[in-house]
Amino acid sequence: MATADISKSSPPLKDELDIVIPTIRNLDFLEMWRPFFQPYHLIIVQDGDPSKVIKVPEGFDYELYNRNDINKILGPKSSCISFKDSACRCFGYMVSKKKYIFTIDDDCFVAKDPTGKEINALEQHIKNLLTPSTPFFFNTLYDPYREGADFVRGYPFSLREGAPTAVSHGLWLNIPDYDAPTQLVKPRERNTRYVDAVMTIPKGTLFPMCGMNLAFNRELIGPAMYFGLMGDGQPIGRYDDMWAGWCTKVICDHLGLGIKTGLPYIWHSKASNPFVNLKKEYKGIYWQEELIPFFQSATLSKDATTVQKCYLELSKQVKAKLGKVDDYFNKLADAMVTWVEAWDELNPSAGGSTGVTNGSAK
Amino acid sequence: MSQISINHDEVDIVIGALQLDLKSFMEEWRPVFSLFHLIIVKDPDLKGELEIPAGFNFDLYTKSDIDGVVGSSSNAISFSGYSCRYFGYLMSRKKYIISIDDDCIPARDSAGNFVDAVSQHITNLSTPATPFFFNTLYDPFCKGADFVRGYPFSLRSGVDCGLSCGLWLNLADLDAPTQALKPELRNTRYVDAVLTVPARTMMPVSGINIGFNRELVGPALLPAFRLAKEGNLRWETVEDIWTGMCVKVVCDQLRLGVKSGLPYVWRKERGDAIESLKKEWEGVKLMEDVVPFFQSLRLSTSAATAEDCLSEIAAVVKEQLAPANPVFARAAETMVEWVKLWKRVQTQ
Repeated sequence: MATADISKSSPPLKDELDIVIPTIRNLDFLEMWRPFFQPYHLIIVQDGDPSKVIKVPEGFDYELYNRNDINKILGPKSSCISFKDSACRCFGYMVSKKKYIFTIDDDCFVAKDPTGKEINALEQHIKNLLTPSTPFFFNTLYDPYREGADFVRGYPFSLREGAPTAVSHGLWLNIPDYDAPTQLVKPRERNTRYVDAVMTIPKGTLFPMCGMNLAFNRELIGPAMYFGLMGDGQPIGRYDDMWAGWCTKVICDHLGLGIKTGLPYIWHSKASNPFVNLKKEYKGIYWQEELIPFFQSATLSKDATTVQKCYLELSKQVKAKLGKVDDYFNKLADAMVTWVEAWDELNPSAGGSTGVTNGSAK
Repeated sequence: MSQISINHDEVDIVIGALQLDLKSFMEEWRPVFSLFHLIIVKDPDLKGELEIPAGFNFDLYTKSDIDGVVGSSSNAISFSGYSCRYFGYLMSRKKYIISIDDDCIPARDSAGNFVDAVSQHITNLSTPATPFFFNTLYDPFCKGADFVRGYPFSLRSGVDCGLSCGLWLNLADLDAPTQALKPELRNTRYVDAVLTVPARTMMPVSGINIGFNRELVGPALLPAFRLAKEGNLRWETVEDIWTGMCVKVVCDQLRLGVKSGLPYVWRKERGDAIESLKKEWEGVKLMEDVVPFFQSLRLSTSAATAEDCLSEIAAVVKEQLAPANPVFARAAETMVEWVKLWKRVQTQ
C-alpha cells in the first residue's frame, strides 16, 4: 500500500485537473492510487450495462456517467461515443471543466522505480505538462527541463524556449502494450526496463499513442482527443487511442505544440486475451498501412488556427482519402464532426474555440 | 542488451590523440581496445612523442603521414585538433569505425557493471534502425522489447543503421555558456535506452563517443567546419555538430538510420567552461544559422551515395550560407576537397 504523505504542500493542479477513468468492472485499483489521486476530482465513465452499479471507494470526489447519462447529455450526438469499448473515456474529456486531464486504465497500478520508491505517475505527468517541449530539434540528453539535464552543445539558443506541451504519454512496466500478433508470439515477455527519460517526439514524426497512462492539456488540445468509433457495432477495436494520437500529433505539429513520451511508468497488471484482441485489431492491421501514409502526409491550411478547425479539416480529408479504404471511415469522419459539435456545445467559450490563441499555424 | 557476435576484423577504433600521454586512457580501455585494431592519429599541431602502452594492435599516423597522403589538398583541409581523427577514417578499410575522445574512460551502468562502449556501438550499427515511425518502447530489437501496438507492420523490418551516437556521464557535452552557468552540473542519469532519431529530425551529434558504418556513410564524417578561434576543448569547437548534421541529412536521403542513447562513456574533467566562453562565442552563435539551414535542406532524388549528397550539400552551403560568413565558404570548399580526397584514397 502506498504511503505518500498527502498532507504536505497542496497537490499540484489540484483544482485544475480531472482524472478520467473508463470502467466496466470495478474501481478497486483506486485503493492503491489513493495517496496520489485522492486530492483530485475523478470522472468515471461507466461502459457496458448501465444498470450495473459501480462502487467507487470511499473518500473520492467524483462524477460518474453511464450510457444512459451519455445518451441524455448528448442526445443524438451520443452516436459518436463508443459503446463496449474503453474509447468511451473521451466522453469524460468532453464533460470535464478542467484545464488538464489524466486518464488511466483500471488495470494499471502504482509502479516502483529502480530504488524501490513508488512512482507518483500523476505528479510526473504534471511536471511534463508544465514544462516546455522541444519538438523542433532533438536534444540527445532528452528533456532538457528535467533536473540534472540541459540542452547539449550545438542546440541553438533560439530554440531553447521550446513549445507548450500538449500531451504527456507515459509507459508501462510488466505487461507491455503489444498488439495481438506480438502477444501471441511472446506471451511471457514483460517490460522490466526502467528508462529514466522523458523526451519530446519530434515534429513531423508519428507515434502509437497508448491511452492507458496519458495526460494532456485540455485547453490546448482537448477537441483532438476523440477516441473514435470502436467496440459494439464497429468493425474495429484497440485503435481508439491510436487514432486519437495520430490526429493529435498532426494537429500539434501544425499548431506548434509538443508531445512528450517516457516517464512516468505505471504497472500494467492485466494482459488481455490475445485471440480476442486479434479479432478486434484484425482490420486495423491492414488499414494501418493506409492510415499511416495518410497521416504522414496530412497538411492543414493556414486558416486552421484552432484545434476545432484543424480537426474539422482533418475529418474532411479522412472522408476524401480514407472513405475508399472502407465505408467505416466515412462514418468515422462524420463522427469526428459530431464530436467537435458536441464538444463546442458542452464547452462554450468566447469564440468557442480551443487552441493557441495567436493561431500560430505552420 | 542483445548479444550480437562481433567480427573483430570488421572494426577499427580510431583515436584522435590531442594529448601526448595516452597511457591512462588506453589502460582504462584495455579490456575492450586490446581486442581490436586501433588507428591512432596524432594531432599534427601536437609536438612531442605519444606515449602508448604495450599490448595493443595499432597503426599510428602523424603529421608527416597526413601530409604525405593528403598532398595538395592539405591547403583546404585541416586535420588539426579534433579533426585529426578524420584522417583515421580516411585510412581505414573496415566496415565499422568507433571513435572516442581521449579524455573519456569506460562508464559503469546503474548496476555498477563496466560498459563496453565498443560492443554497444557495434550492436547499434548491426541491428536495424526505425526512423519512419517512433517506437515508444525505444529500440524494438533489444532483448525484452518489441514494437508496440499501433506500429505499422510494413515498417517493422527497419533500415540499416549508419550512425550510432553515444552519451556521456559526468561531464556531459554541454556548450560553454550552459556549463559556465551551471558549473556543478554533472550528468549522473543513466538512461537505459537506444532509440532511432526519426527521419528529417535534426539533432546535434557530438563527436565525443560515436560509431558509424564506413561503407554506408564514411565520407560524410568529414572535417569541414572550422571556427576562426577553434581550440582543443570541445567547448571551443562545433566541427562535429556540423559533420553530424551532414551525416543525418545523408542518412535521411539514403534511408538509413541514426541511433542515439547507449553506450555511455565517462567524460573526465578537463578545461574550464568560463575560460572557453571568454575565448569563443562564435560557434554558439553560428548554430542559429546552421540549424535552420540543415532543417530545410532537401537533396535531389538523384543523390544516391554519400559522396553525391555531400557534393550537393556543399553547393547549397556555398550558395546560401557562404555569403554571410567566410566560415561557411571554407566549409563548402573543404567538403568538396574532402570528397575528392576520399574517392582518391579509397580507390587506392
